[in-house]
Amino acid sequence: MSVMTMVQAINNALDIKLAEDKRVVVYGEDVGVVGGVFRVTEGLQKKYGVERVFDSPLAESAIVGTGLGMALSGLRPVVEMQFEGFSYPAFNQIISNVSRMHNRSRGRFKVPMVIRFPYGGGINAIEHHSESPESLYSHIPGLKVVIPSTPHDAKGLLISAIESDDPVIFMEPKRIYRAIKQEVSTEKFTIPIGKASLLAEGSDVTVVAFGAMVRECQRAMVMAKEAGISVELIDLRTIYPIDRETIRNSLRKTGRLVVVAEAQRSFSVGSELIAIANEEAFLYLEAPPRRVMGFDTIIPLAQGEKYFMITPEKIFYEIEKTVNF
Amino acid sequence: MEDRMLRIIDNDGNVIRPDLFPDISDDTVAEAWKAMFFERVADEMAVSFQRQGRMFTYPPNKGQEAIHIAAGEVIRENDWLVPAFREVGVMLAKGVSMKEIFLYYNGNEQGSNFKNAPRVLPINVPIGTQLPHAVGIGYSIKYRKEPDVVFTYIGDGGTSEGDFSEALNFAGVWQVPVVFTIQNNQYAISVPVSTQTRSLNLAVKSIAFGIPGIKVDGNDFFAMYLAYQQASEHARTGKGPVLIEAVTYRCGAHTTSDDPTRYRTREEEEKWKLSDPLLRLKMYMEKRGIWRVNEDELSECYKKEVEKQFVEAENVGYSLEEVFEYNYAEMPDDLRRQKEEYQQFLLWKGNRK
Repeated sequence: MSVMTMVQAINNALDIKLAEDKRVVVYGEDVGVVGGVFRVTEGLQKKYGVERVFDSPLAESAIVGTGLGMALSGLRPVVEMQFEGFSYPAFNQIISNVSRMHNRSRGRFKVPMVIRFPYGGGINAIEHHSESPESLYSHIPGLKVVIPSTPHDAKGLLISAIESDDPVIFMEPKRIYRAIKQEVSTEKFTIPIGKASLLAEGSDVTVVAFGAMVRECQRAMVMAKEAGISVELIDLRTIYPIDRETIRNSLRKTGRLVVVAEAQRSFSVGSELIAIANEEAFLYLEAPPRRVMGFDTIIPLAQGEKYFMITPEKIFYEIEKTVNF
Repeated sequence: MEDRMLRIIDNDGNVIRPDLFPDISDDTVAEAWKAMFFERVADEMAVSFQRQGRMFTYPPNKGQEAIHIAAGEVIRENDWLVPAFREVGVMLAKGVSMKEIFLYYNGNEQGSNFKNAPRVLPINVPIGTQLPHAVGIGYSIKYRKEPDVVFTYIGDGGTSEGDFSEALNFAGVWQVPVVFTIQNNQYAISVPVSTQTRSLNLAVKSIAFGIPGIKVDGNDFFAMYLAYQQASEHARTGKGPVLIEAVTYRCGAHTTSDDPTRYRTREEEEKWKLSDPLLRLKMYMEKRGIWRVNEDELSECYKKEVEKQFVEAENVGYSLEEVFEYNYAEMPDDLRRQKEEYQQFLLWKGNRK
């Protein structure tokens, strides 16, 4: 065991896979010499050489496109988009090629690649560095979308992602890259993709979150407890394939759903969870499910984030509304 | 093919190509030096405001002033500027204020709402996506038979992006009045030019698109001035686009979040200091006997001006309305509803305390 931040845990996962699997290569903008702008890949080039961990030219579309070529010819690339806002130049490669190659070739080609990027707001970043595009990627058939909320989960989920024969979008909540420290095993372990984590059992309301919002929900739970409300907290861990069973079981118990996420609320993961609530637990519901999510606006620059970002107080407000419906 | 670069003064300010020396008055040279100095002072203060925790992330311009101010001297009022994010001097020349620059980097969208620069697009952070916009503006100009030119900027790293090649190709096919500048400051964050391309240099990339290109010493004010004069004349007279590679050095970090000591040497930084654009122009002016600046006094005067604009920017507020107001020309009802819901939350929050 060792105390790790999420940055260190992801680095450790990459280190383990690079060490045990010669097919793994890691590249992107600034990931080699300096080890990434957040130092996630620090030290890996030195340890594994420039053939396996390297800086590419500055072109996101080509980073993903070459990754696809490597993946379907026997390598297992882990590519980095420097920020979520820079994953969009690669969107065409992802939606038109990466996600479809297995289906188009009727399984002749598998696409074992991981596309990693930091995402999310709350760090006073510059424009295009604060977005939460998980629903854009979850909407694309053929992709898995994974978002960890702790160092431990980040490590186990990333190892699973690298071992997956399907392409995985691995979104890292940059706001908690270093904010949470945790004992993490230095040994190899995996956490299954597609399984949510039940973080707290409760009876009044189910709160579903992922990424940096899990910690905000845990803070809101303290307020809820003081108000006599018992919260069941689910960390999705994987956005797609979504864990219906865990959500169903919880909703049939609590009858109330609050979804918490930073992204714009309409046509989102929150929308999907409410659909699942209707499909799986309609007769159990005691209040309309609610989304505690961003406005349907562009995420404002740093000064406007005070209105946009989801706070524990806002989560508690919505929990109370739902319980008192 | 030979790798050649246009240079008019050397590192000591001696004129090495008198045959190419541009037609420019001593007064203009003196004004240009002051404009470069203002950019340097403002830029260094921006970095120090960030260090003091009074501003968020900022990308320093230090070392690239000759490119910016040469463009500033040539660009006309009706010309367009389509920036990337390291052209503060050109933006200032076009009427953008430091207050607006500070507002933007302090996380307020009002910093892109330039009051006195209607033909300057907002700073563009995604790499290279601005170049096609410049070409589109060039098309409008050509379509309306106007005599204007578009100045647009990208870095050395940006030349690897698809949008770079696509924009140059369109510009060549359409023969639009666009002057593209690649500010080759040697690094894309930590990645050196040698990792971006095996091309002889960046200027020769223009050959593939059938447009003229030139590699220029970007720290030589006169070389940049001549290049901009001729390129804009070429574009303005309907002869189509031009690509300029301006060779320079990013003396500071990529942004205030970056630490260049991790990927480049002190020796390299010292070597580039010898071709500092302000120093070279000053030495030229001294040799010509037109140096009349008291640097300390001027520096104090500029610092006061920059400080004033910074404080003005600091005092601009940010209301909830700002988040909703500008997403659409016509606000959808659903957004209005979301704003009202949030206002109810704020009321609840206020009553709770």
